Amino acid sequence: MSTDIRIKKGLDIKLKGKAKHEKAVASRSKIFTIYPDDFHAIKPKLSIREGDKVLAGDSLFYNKDYQAMQFVSPVSGVIKEIKRGAKRKVLEIVIQADNQDTHKDFGVKTPSNLAEPQVKQSLLESGCWSFIKQRPYDIVANPDKSPKAIFVSGFNSNPNGTNIPFSLKGKEEAFQAGIDALSKLTEGKVHLSVNEKSFLNEVKNVVLHHVSGPHPAGNVGTQINKIDPVNKGETVYTVNALDVAIIGELFLTGKYNPVRTVAVAGSRVGKPQYFDVRIGNGMKEIVKDANFDLKDTRVISGNVFTGLNVGENGAFRHFSYSVAGIPEGNYYELFGWAKPVFGNKKYSITRALTFTWLNPKQEFDLDTNTNGEQRAFVVTGFYEKVFPLDILPLQILKSCMYEDLEEMEALGMYEVAPEDFALTEFVCISKQPHQDIIRKGLDLMIKEIG
Amino acid sequence: MSLKDKLHQLKLKYQGTKMEPLFNAFHTFLYTPNEVTKTGSHIRVVDDLKRTMNMVVLALVPILIFSMFNTGYQHYLALGQVDYATDGFFSPNFWNLNNFIVGFKTIMPLVLVSYIVGLGVEFYFAMKKGHEVEEGYLVTGMLVPLIVPVDIPLWMLAIAVIFGVVIGKEVFGGTGMNILNPALTIRAFLFFSYPTWMSGDKVWIHGLAERTDGISGETILGSLAQGKDVAYGVKEMFYGFIPGSVGETSTLLILLAGLFLIFTKIGSWRIMLSTVLGALVMGLLFNWIAPSMEGTKFYDLMSTPFWQHLLIGGFAFGTVFMATDPVTATQTTKGKWIYGFLIGLMSILIRVFNPAYPEGVMLAILLMNVFAPTIDHIIVGKNIKKRLNRLKVKTT
Repeated sequence: MSTDIRIKKGLDIKLKGKAKHEKAVASRSKIFTIYPDDFHAIKPKLSIREGDKVLAGDSLFYNKDYQAMQFVSPVSGVIKEIKRGAKRKVLEIVIQADNQDTHKDFGVKTPSNLAEPQVKQSLLESGCWSFIKQRPYDIVANPDKSPKAIFVSGFNSNPNGTNIPFSLKGKEEAFQAGIDALSKLTEGKVHLSVNEKSFLNEVKNVVLHHVSGPHPAGNVGTQINKIDPVNKGETVYTVNALDVAIIGELFLTGKYNPVRTVAVAGSRVGKPQYFDVRIGNGMKEIVKDANFDLKDTRVISGNVFTGLNVGENGAFRHFSYSVAGIPEGNYYELFGWAKPVFGNKKYSITRALTFTWLNPKQEFDLDTNTNGEQRAFVVTGFYEKVFPLDILPLQILKSCMYEDLEEMEALGMYEVAPEDFALTEFVCISKQPHQDIIRKGLDLMIKEIG
Repeated sequence: MSLKDKLHQLKLKYQGTKMEPLFNAFHTFLYTPNEVTKTGSHIRVVDDLKRTMNMVVLALVPILIFSMFNTGYQHYLALGQVDYATDGFFSPNFWNLNNFIVGFKTIMPLVLVSYIVGLGVEFYFAMKKGHEVEEGYLVTGMLVPLIVPVDIPLWMLAIAVIFGVVIGKEVFGGTGMNILNPALTIRAFLFFSYPTWMSGDKVWIHGLAERTDGISGETILGSLAQGKDVAYGVKEMFYGFIPGSVGETSTLLILLAGLFLIFTKIGSWRIMLSTVLGALVMGLLFNWIAPSMEGTKFYDLMSTPFWQHLLIGGFAFGTVFMATDPVTATQTTKGKWIYGFLIGLMSILIRVFNPAYPEGVMLAILLMNVFAPTIDHIIVGKNIKKRLNRLKVKTT
C-alpha cells in the first residue's frame, strides 16, 4: 500500500560542498561527551559518579519523571568529568573512552515475536527510547502515551543533508528489525516516506508514502500534516530513519551501538563525504578526517537549518544527522542593505536589487551573517510560500510571542516542532528567531497544559 | 585604523548606554552589522527591512522628481507664462528647468521637514525606550510630502508629522505594531484640523493662495463634485499634468512604480489588483445607475466613465503605496484579496457620495486599516475551525 504526497510550497537551496557518496569511519576520539540538554524537557538524574567505569550501554542518567527511561553511554570507558552549571545542573558528562568498546549485553531478540511491554522495556533499559520523539511538543516520547501512529521519514530534504538510503546501505536488516519493533508500540500504523527508489520501498510492516517536492518535504512534520495530522489529545511518535537502524541493531545483536553514517558537508569542508560517527565523538577528529578549513568557520553538529553550533571542541550530538562546516559571517559590509547582490555568497527571496532569481539552482556558499538586524514582523506573505503545513505560520508565531495558550492550541501547536519553522526563519526579513519562539511556546504548553 | 574599525570601537563604547540606538541607527545605515546567527537556522537570506524599505523609496524617487516639474508647470500655467503641454509625455513645455527650479524650491522643504521632524520623533522614542530605530519612517517620510497640497505651511506639516508618528505609531509600540497607516494618519490629521488648507480651489497650485485675481486651480475631482466641466483630457490625467496633491497626479509613473514593486516582490500584487478590481466594479455600478440619477448633485461623478476613476485623484497612489503597507493591511493571503477589493469599493463610494471632500481613497484605506484585523480574524477562524472539525470527525 502506498500513497503519493506532492509538496508544492517550500524551498530547495543547494549549498556548496555536497558530500560525495563515499563512506569512511571517523577517527575515534579519546573523549566522548554526552549533553543531557539534548533531551529537551527531561530531568536527568545521574546514575554514575566521576571515576566510575561504564560499558557501552550502561546507564549515565535516567529520567527523574520516568525512572525506567535510561540514557546510556555510547562507549565503554571511565567517567572523566561531570561538568555542572548554575544550580548544579548537569551540562556535560565526559567519558574517557577505551580503545575498544565492551558492550553491555541486552540479549538478542526477534522483535516480531515480542509483545509491546517487552519491546518497550528493551528500548527503555537500553537507552534506545531516547531516539523516539513525540508530537505534541517535540520531546522524547512519554512511554505512557500510546501513539496513534509512528512516522519515519526516509527522505532528508535539508540542504547538504544525509541521503538516507545511502547512509543505511548495509543496515537493511537492522532497519527492518527496528521497524518491526516500533510497530509493536502503536495500535495504528508505522508510516514510512520515501523519495527515491531504494531498499526502503521493500520494507515490510509499514505504510509507504512517496513524497516529492522541495524542502521541507522530507521533514517528518510536513509528512504528518499531510498524512494524519495530530489533533488535540492525540500523540504520534517520530523516529529518524538512521535511528531506526540503531534500534534494530539492538534487537539483532543485543548491543547499544549508536553509530550513524552521516554526510559531512559544506563549503569549508575539504573532503566532503560520509563518515560513520558515534554519538558523543569529538568534533576535532571529524574536522580532521574531513579536512575542514577552520579559519572563521562554524562547525555545526547537524544541518545548517537545525543543527547546533558546537565548534571544533564540541561533540557529535544525540539528535544530529549530519555535520556541516560553513563560513562565519562576522564582518561589516559597507551599504550592504543598499547595494545590488550578485553571485552565490548571498541568497535572496526577493528581487530587491538582488539577483538570486537569475540562477537559483546554483550552489551557494552562504555564511552565518544575519544580513540585517532583528525587527518587528513587518513584511507578510513570504513565510506562506515556504511553509507547506496547513497552519498559519505568522499567526502561530505571534500567538507564541504573546503567550496566548488558547490561540496557540487552536492554531495547531500540537502539530509543530521548531524544525518546521527553519525555512520561515531562513527567509524572515525581520530576522526573528522562529525556531526559538516555537520552542519556547511548546515549553510553555508543557508547563501549563502538560 | 580604518573607519570600519573606529566605528566598531565606538559601537562597543556605546553598548548598553542611552546613546546606543542613536549610534546604531547611523552605524547600520553605513555598514550592515557583523551580527551572526545565534539560534535556529545558521543561514539567513540577504533581504532585510532596510533593503525592503529602500525599494519603496526608490520607487518613489521618480514620482518625487516628476512632482517637482509638475509643481512648476502648474504654477507657470496658472500665471499664463507657459503653454499647455499637449505634445506627449516628453513635452518640453513640461520638462524644463524653470518648472523644476520652482518645484524643487517648493517641495524640498516639505521633504526635509517630514524627514527631520519624523526621524527626530523616532530617535527620541528609540532612545527613551531603548529599542533600535526601525526603518518604517524611511518610507513614511517620503510618502508624506507627496500626499499633501504644495503650499501647505511647514509648521502645519511638522505638527501633523509629530501627531502621526506619536499617535499613529509610537503609542502602539513602533514600526510593525501600528493599526493605521502613519502617512495617512498624518494626512487625515491635516484634513480634519485645517480643512481650508486641505481642499478647495486654491491650495493645489503653488502661489495661488496669495493671489486674489480669480484664477481657479481646482482638481478634477473638485470640478466633478461641483458639476463643472473638467478642463483636462484623459492623456493629461494619465501623464499627470494636472493639479493635485504633490505626488499623486502621474498615474503613468505610479503604474510603473507599482510594476517595479510587484517585480521586486516587495509590494503585494494581490492587494493592488484587488483594489483596482474593487474600484472598477463600483465604477461600473455607478455608471449603470447614473441615468436614473440625472439632475442630482451626484450625477457628474457617477457618470464619469468607470475606468477614469483610476486616473483621477489619489486613487493610483493610494493603491500602490498606501493600501499595500504590510503592517496595516491584512496579513493572510485570502484576506489581502478581500481587503484590497473593499478599499477599491469604498474609495469610489466615498468619492461619489461625500460632498464635502471628493477624495475617498484616504478615508477608504484608513477605514479598511481598522477592519483589516477583523478580516484576518475571520480567515484565521476558518483555519481554526478546520482543525476543530477534523477532531470532531475523529471522535464521532
